[in-house]
Amino acid sequence: MSPPPHKPDLEHQSGQRLSFLYSFYKHFSHYPMPPVNWFWCLGACLLAALGLMMLSGLFLAINYVPDTHQAFQAIVTIERHVPSGWLIRAIHMAGATMIFAALYLHIGRGLWYGSYKAPREFVWLTGLLLMALFMVTAFAGYVLPWGQMSYWGATVITHAIESIPFIGKPLLNFLLGGPELGDIALRRFFILHFTLGFVAVAIIALHILCLHAVGPTNPTLDSPQPKRVTRPFHPFYTIKDNIAVCVFLIIYTILIFYLPHLIEKQANLLPANSLKTPDTISPEWYLAPFFAMLRAVPSQLGGLAIAFASLLMLFALPWLDRSPKHNATYRPLVRLGWILFFTAFLTLIVAGLEPPSTWWIWLSRVALLIWFSVFLVILPYASFRERHSKGEKS
Amino acid sequence: MSTEPPFDKDNGTTPPSRRKILTASTIALGGAGACALAAPFLESLEGPGADLRKAESDDKAAIVEVDLSDLKRGDHKQIKWKNWPVFIQYRTKDMIAALKEPALKALLRDPDSKIRQQPKDAVNDYRSINPDYAILIGICTHLGCIPNFRDVKGYAHKGGFFCPCHGSQFDNAGRVLKDMPAPYNLPVPPARFIKPTILRLGESAAEPHFSMNDIQQI
Repeated sequence: MSPPPHKPDLEHQSGQRLSFLYSFYKHFSHYPMPPVNWFWCLGACLLAALGLMMLSGLFLAINYVPDTHQAFQAIVTIERHVPSGWLIRAIHMAGATMIFAALYLHIGRGLWYGSYKAPREFVWLTGLLLMALFMVTAFAGYVLPWGQMSYWGATVITHAIESIPFIGKPLLNFLLGGPELGDIALRRFFILHFTLGFVAVAIIALHILCLHAVGPTNPTLDSPQPKRVTRPFHPFYTIKDNIAVCVFLIIYTILIFYLPHLIEKQANLLPANSLKTPDTISPEWYLAPFFAMLRAVPSQLGGLAIAFASLLMLFALPWLDRSPKHNATYRPLVRLGWILFFTAFLTLIVAGLEPPSTWWIWLSRVALLIWFSVFLVILPYASFRERHSKGEKS
Repeated sequence: MSTEPPFDKDNGTTPPSRRKILTASTIALGGAGACALAAPFLESLEGPGADLRKAESDDKAAIVEVDLSDLKRGDHKQIKWKNWPVFIQYRTKDMIAALKEPALKALLRDPDSKIRQQPKDAVNDYRSINPDYAILIGICTHLGCIPNFRDVKGYAHKGGFFCPCHGSQFDNAGRVLKDMPAPYNLPVPPARFIKPTILRLGESAAEPHFSMNDIQQI
């Protein structure tokens, strides 16, 4: 019996011993892909970036010392005396920016094309969990060099946690192993940062498992001419993903070699000084929207609650928009909603990076209002109308 | 599935097909890229200060002057030179006499220091530039432990070194006994006396260009 033309011979000759390969063929080689566009390649880019992060992180950990008196010097040693240490650290620092850029685009793709909807709620939720995980990991990693920005960033966040009523202080004490940012806290940040990388890998596996159970969304289904033809993952999407990863790595490389000032703040080139806050303190761009939210709300606890609620909106999304239509391109009101939301998000990034001023604080408040209106008014209303009109027709 | 021809077939063109060439060149280029990326990571494993260590071993900064006027006969001191422990012992007359005894030399693996473990001016029965002093790098040539001061069996008070890790015994001149795990005599660093009791380590009078990299094994 000759094997079917598109199946590798190995599968047939070796028989049952290699039957575990069937899962591999089913989920990678032969996985049927709907006609998705280039935005569906961001997941592969994220995997590539995560691989580089784990590799560079491991090599940085070899030379790092989680001790408040030695951490800064350890980073200087890596930069100046470990052969190629500067490059490995640049890969790691630029990796944070590249991951969050791809991550936010990946989530934006999910919003626009309705990837969060039934039956993909778990894909969406595991993805958001990964985003939260990356935020915590990035923050913990940012503390490790123990420069001025590391120290004062950590100070701001720990005070935010402290402001939670009743449990804040004991919780902080529990997390930091003491009332202050000292050696014990730094060691914990290091362990947290190191461990969460591996936790992320496990959740990514879960994320992909959830996705493959139902398959990717088909962006053409809501269009007037839906295309239902599927193609095997290999070679069509392995090649496409590879091209996307190449472009992604080129941008990554440009960031490392030509724009190093974008990936490390000058203030973090000074060792932590608990007696002097830097004149301008600003977060990394990927956490800037949430920093802007903290600043936009005059109450300490209120800011924290709003930032938390803004993320909660994303988690609740599958139940806020229950229309059967997915692609925002063919949903005029939702299209407007997402355009407003993306604008608000970008505004908050800029607002978080700018020094505080009345102008930016008010702009942040408008952006926050848009953020919540999109999720709580526009989407439920559009969804209600679409379901209603559909019901009338049938 | 679509009606397109199978993607892994040559579609009837003459081999090697365009697809095969493209696949092979992609794999080759990707492999080269992965190798290039591996280089900085492997390089970094040399650890911090690899550049400093190299500079240090290159220049003359590794010259140390040691004052031996505080040693009485039989005393020894241990100093650090180029991160190695250097044993300096002011020998007793007994020790010096024992080093020439044929009975002791018969026990040794390389009694005449034929293997290059020392600068030329230390190729003698004392393995030293001055019979009064033993100047040795205290690193066992077996697996790098640091030996203790202990006499050779049957030669009480004649000096010697014993490695606690795997039991290699050396005589007072750092010569290893036969049938010991250590293959070579203890290394002798380049040194010269600039005053009767001032030793300059790192400089050999007989061999100005002597380097510790030249010897058989540390």
